[in-house]
Amino acid sequence: MKEPEPRIGVLVFPGSQDDRDAAWALGALGAEAVLVWHSEEELPALDAVVLPGGFSYGDYLRCGAIARFSPAMRAVAAFAAEGGLVLGICNGFQILCEAGLLPGALRANASLQFVCRDVTVVVEHAETPFTTRCRPGQELVIPVKHGEGAYHLPPDLPDEQVVLRYLPEENPNGSDANIAGVTNAESNVFGLMPHPEHAVDPLLGSGDGGLLLASLVDSARERLYARA
Amino acid sequence: MKAVVLVRPKAGILDPQGEAVESSLRHLGFEVGQARVGKVIDLELAAEDEAAARAEIERMCEQLLANPLIESYEIELARE
Repeated sequence: MKEPEPRIGVLVFPGSQDDRDAAWALGALGAEAVLVWHSEEELPALDAVVLPGGFSYGDYLRCGAIARFSPAMRAVAAFAAEGGLVLGICNGFQILCEAGLLPGALRANASLQFVCRDVTVVVEHAETPFTTRCRPGQELVIPVKHGEGAYHLPPDLPDEQVVLRYLPEENPNGSDANIAGVTNAESNVFGLMPHPEHAVDPLLGSGDGGLLLASLVDSARERLYARA
Repeated sequence: MKAVVLVRPKAGILDPQGEAVESSLRHLGFEVGQARVGKVIDLELAAEDEAAARAEIERMCEQLLANPLIESYEIELARE
């Protein structure tokens, strides 16, 4: 029997870029992806939310600084506060940090260059809802593409919240402690700079990003059972 | 009332833009120490009372204009 499809919302801001790729990847991995326009004040019934990459609102002032005030983000904050699963990719990660849903901040790359290449990240914690298909210590090859992805580590962030690190020799942006992805304290919100939605098919270079997104689809499916 | 808000990378926060400016100035033969690059935001305000204007801009900075984790800000008020 076919497993039921969890519904995962993909937010679309003016300037979002990877919303369709994220929706396609989630669909290919067994979810029903629903695009949600930024001006929506309420979310439809969802089992998880993805904030995609891009340049929301032109990324003016600071990346993600303006998007965090959109009506849909207020709904996402309420969704997260109730324990809802939220994944932010690249610009989505920046928005979650600006919104205070994730610790830390993202600064301009140390090189001041836009980087666009495959990087290797190490899974530090496999028990989060976003990494259940991975092994601790597993290396994943996933592309990054950003100009402002240097993670600023707040002084008191517990190690348990650091889920992904770049291999030290491959740190593409000068992130503190080679951090590529972090969760909130409750581990229902996760943000990362690499783009798992661009690495779901070995034909396109790597399928490793699919492990992260399939973990999310699995976790969202558990929520669907709970919702039903 | 008009106001100028200066937003700067906090001390100790890596500022690659400032480093690039610093090294370019040295290449041009200027003897400079550290250079840091921030932002200037010019505001026109309805408020006429200085204390009220300052309090309002502080709220703007905390909510939007600066990220308190990595940036500091300074407010200058000017009567027209």
